[in-house]
Amino acid sequence: MSRGRSNDAASTFRNLDWFTVAIYVVMVIAGMVSIYAASYDFDNASMFSYDEFSGKQLRWIGLSLLLGLVILLIDARMYETYAFPIYIAVLLLLLITPFVAHDIKGSRSWISLGPMSLQPAEFAKFATALALAKLFSGYHFVLNARFSNYVRAILIIILPIILILAQNETGSALTFMALFFVLYREGMSGLVLFAALFAVVIFVVAVKFTETMVLGIPSGEFAVLVMIALVVLSMTVIYNKRADVSRNILLWFAGSGVVLWALNLSGVEIPGQPVVLGIIAVACVYLAIEALRSHRPRLFIPVATAIMSVVFLFSVNFAFDHLQPHQQKRILVALGIVEDLRDAGYNVNQSKIAIGSGGLLGKGFLNGTQTKLKYVPEQHTDFIFCTIGEEEGFVGSLAVAMLFLGLILRVISIGERQPTTFGRVYAYCVASYFIFHFCINIGMVIGLCPVIGIPLPFFSYGGSSLWGFTILLFILLKIDASRKSVLL
Amino acid sequence: MRKNYELEKRKYVICGFIIIIALIYSIRLFDLQINDAKYKKSADSNAFLKKTVYPSRGLIYDRKGELVVYNQPAYDVMLIPRDVQPFDTIDFCNTLNITREQLDKRFSDMRTSAGYSSYTPQRLISQLSAEDYGRLQEKLYRFPGFFIQKRILRQYNHSTAANVLGNIREASSEDIKRDPYYAAGDYTGDLGVEKSYEEYLRGVKGVEILIRDARGRIQGRYEDGAADIEPVSGRDLKLSLDIKLQEYAESLMAGKRGAVVAIEPETGEILCMVSTPSYDPKLLVGRQRGKNYSMLVQDETWPLFDRALMGAYPPGSTFKPTQGLIFLQENIIDLNTTYPCSHGYINGGLRVGCHGHASPLPLKPALQTSCNAYFCWGFKAMIDKRSKYGSSAKAFEIWKNHLVSMGYGYKLGVDLPSESRGFIPNAKFYDKFYKEGRWSANTIISVAIGQGEILATPLQIANLSATIANRGWFITPHVVKEIQDTVMPEDMLHRRYPTVESKYYADVAEGMRMAVTGGTCRLAALRDIAVAGKTGTAQNPHGKDHSAFMGFAPFENPKIAVAVYVENGGWGATYGVPIGSLVMEKYLTDTIAPERKYLEDRMLNSSIIYNVPGKK
Repeated sequence: MSRGRSNDAASTFRNLDWFTVAIYVVMVIAGMVSIYAASYDFDNASMFSYDEFSGKQLRWIGLSLLLGLVILLIDARMYETYAFPIYIAVLLLLLITPFVAHDIKGSRSWISLGPMSLQPAEFAKFATALALAKLFSGYHFVLNARFSNYVRAILIIILPIILILAQNETGSALTFMALFFVLYREGMSGLVLFAALFAVVIFVVAVKFTETMVLGIPSGEFAVLVMIALVVLSMTVIYNKRADVSRNILLWFAGSGVVLWALNLSGVEIPGQPVVLGIIAVACVYLAIEALRSHRPRLFIPVATAIMSVVFLFSVNFAFDHLQPHQQKRILVALGIVEDLRDAGYNVNQSKIAIGSGGLLGKGFLNGTQTKLKYVPEQHTDFIFCTIGEEEGFVGSLAVAMLFLGLILRVISIGERQPTTFGRVYAYCVASYFIFHFCINIGMVIGLCPVIGIPLPFFSYGGSSLWGFTILLFILLKIDASRKSVLL
Repeated sequence: MRKNYELEKRKYVICGFIIIIALIYSIRLFDLQINDAKYKKSADSNAFLKKTVYPSRGLIYDRKGELVVYNQPAYDVMLIPRDVQPFDTIDFCNTLNITREQLDKRFSDMRTSAGYSSYTPQRLISQLSAEDYGRLQEKLYRFPGFFIQKRILRQYNHSTAANVLGNIREASSEDIKRDPYYAAGDYTGDLGVEKSYEEYLRGVKGVEILIRDARGRIQGRYEDGAADIEPVSGRDLKLSLDIKLQEYAESLMAGKRGAVVAIEPETGEILCMVSTPSYDPKLLVGRQRGKNYSMLVQDETWPLFDRALMGAYPPGSTFKPTQGLIFLQENIIDLNTTYPCSHGYINGGLRVGCHGHASPLPLKPALQTSCNAYFCWGFKAMIDKRSKYGSSAKAFEIWKNHLVSMGYGYKLGVDLPSESRGFIPNAKFYDKFYKEGRWSANTIISVAIGQGEILATPLQIANLSATIANRGWFITPHVVKEIQDTVMPEDMLHRRYPTVESKYYADVAEGMRMAVTGGTCRLAALRDIAVAGKTGTAQNPHGKDHSAFMGFAPFENPKIAVAVYVENGGWGATYGVPIGSLVMEKYLTDTIAPERKYLEDRMLNSSIIYNVPGKK
């Protein structure tokens, strides 16, 4: 199907997406400067000294640029052709890693190669992306056509997760979950993503807000029940063209809500749980009857959602209540609900202090006290964003956030302009990884996400991460640069 | 390749998702970095250890430049609770020679004290001994979070003048509320000049800003100390007190309760100010302070009560010169006016006793012999002189105003805390007591001889003596002569003129001179120095009469004016005159004449047996 691809370097550079390259270069340089600031000591070491993290990072950056250049010079077809072999090779590498790696803080994920150590998990990112793209680009492959397609796609995603979990690198393993965005783009029902998101929301809200009571039930549980009612209403609107059903549901919820509110104000004791559950149950029964009567099976979707959500809510509560206190605490701390200033909570608290103390314009380059005095742990790796927040302030941290937003949106737009499924799926894989790393890493340091130790791409110190993301991005750039020579 | 446009729309969902996340994060960053100032504070409290540097407290010298109060270092064990890591408590206790229980108690006291914060330095143990300090200093590295704060305690060269010097104590929560200078654990002056000159003595605290890393290790000084605040030492004080004279007067008062106040008339400078029973100021220093302080508080002889300026006593006959002055000023008498004395004042069914002497007699001999009758007649002549004043009440108000102008009835304004104002009644007081218009001179006749409602402090009596010595003016008595690098307050420099004209004072002074040459104060006579004096024997409801004396010397160009008050000492001549004259002699000649040694020995060795609790 494709003929006469030109692979001369000139055409590659002519068609290269220089905007992305510019973001990449800015990020890498800003990253190195931040690493220098984060590891700067009072002894005034040189930014380029090999003994310093920044000096080492500079060498990694140099090698990355070389790597990027090599990738750009390889024929784009090679990546498609060798996608599975590359994937399998990396899986094998992951498989042997725990056996040859040294134990570093409980994790066996580093392979020593002479003077340097590499983390194979970082290279699994592009390999898995290639494999997934290759799968989707198969002849007449339509994800929703067969159930077995899902099995194959999920298998490609799950294998590296299992192997990386075996190395005790939970954070890196979770990264691959982001690839479900790709499945969604390629046809997986949005309900799956919605269900996953809603489950997380139910869990957090139900566990987090147990202090105050509304209508005799914890406010978190009450809030979840209200959310379920709202979801039922929205789904009724979306999955049903008949306005009267939606209207009836709306009237029912609004009416009973007003009555409950009025009764509560006038001081009547209401057994909240059975009443609210009853209101939702009545709506579900009505929807089920409507579904059967007017042959609209899609009306079962809100009913099923409501039932599953309620069951999930109560199993969360039940399970949580039956945990040991110390296990409960660990979950609460991980969710940032209980402040534990000694362990994980200490890091987040100090990182919030570092960022929060930056103010609008920051304390100035090398003037951050939180980072200089090592209050923030892992400040040159996972918590590198603290240094930026403290020294460059709101302006600097917002600029970094905007760089990532720009990169992600650009990658998506590159994906959408690809003539091949392979290119598009690969681009979405790249975007998904960046989305995940951006959300989790920055969310973690500003105290919005639990602490999951993953690096901030191009900023965090570390060769493997830099190389992994460079390869990931430059393969995309190469595929994109060659798209015009694909003959349809 | 066909495109699925239905699915392509999903890019909007994904883009929307990441845009919303970016928006949420931006809002969160705004909230953290711009909205909420607490993180800035937290970062500063993390990174900057603000160590208070205490200034050295001003030293105190006596009028001759002898060092009286100085500083000695003490060491407090401080800690920052959140920096403390589990440590070897047994080792810690052994190092400081304390038990585990004491340590636990210290910790619990510290946690419940006002101003406790786990982020700021807290005082665990105060005032380590030098040995404990040395041992702890060596091992300090084993106890992260702990540090030693150098403090300054007082030390005294003499065991005297505790009432004037005062001492220092830890600032109370009221002090901290009242004055923002203080922080928990600071010292502040208590009693004496330590209290009244606190703002000069304390200096200004400095701050040393140190940079501290996450493990609590000090990384250096912030901006090489450029932002530090240097402490400013407190100002030294030079007292007007002659510490040798003070010691001498205290020794004369041994075994007796009362007060001695000596003033340099020309300057108002207090040369000595004794209150007995006294205590050693060294008792209120260091770790024993609390125990000793409560011991002194509980002592029923009230050693903490400065009788010289807080004790309000009936002035007795030392009051008579004021009466002579007022009568002269009001033209009630002149120097030739005589009043009879038939062993007392007998009028309107009243009898105020007196002792045998010539009768009738004019003012000067009346002062010489301390005739009660003379002053009662004079008082009656003034208070009941309706032709001049209209009513007894109006006359009495004029009488009272003269006394107030001489420093009675109100605080003199001495530069020491807790001065008593004594008591001089006004007409309203008697209007209330006897009903308006229902009282006259005879009703209240005892005030004429310094009895009845009249109360005065020994300081006020000494001030009267100084006023007469100056022939009609005084300067507010004060104990501080100089403040380093500061001019003395104006109040302590200018002359205050009572409403009685100066010319009358010379006559009264002569009467007092006659009391020494041939009257009640003969014991006060010195070989080469002309002394003037007035005894007092004050009746009181607490037993035997109080023995009082006031006088000055030399008669011309006086250098010292003195008042002595000995509780339940009997006749003025028994204790008052000997002690007062010995103090003057010692001050003026620096020695005691051989023929007066017996008097000195008697005073040094005599004591009065009190069977009632101390405070009069």
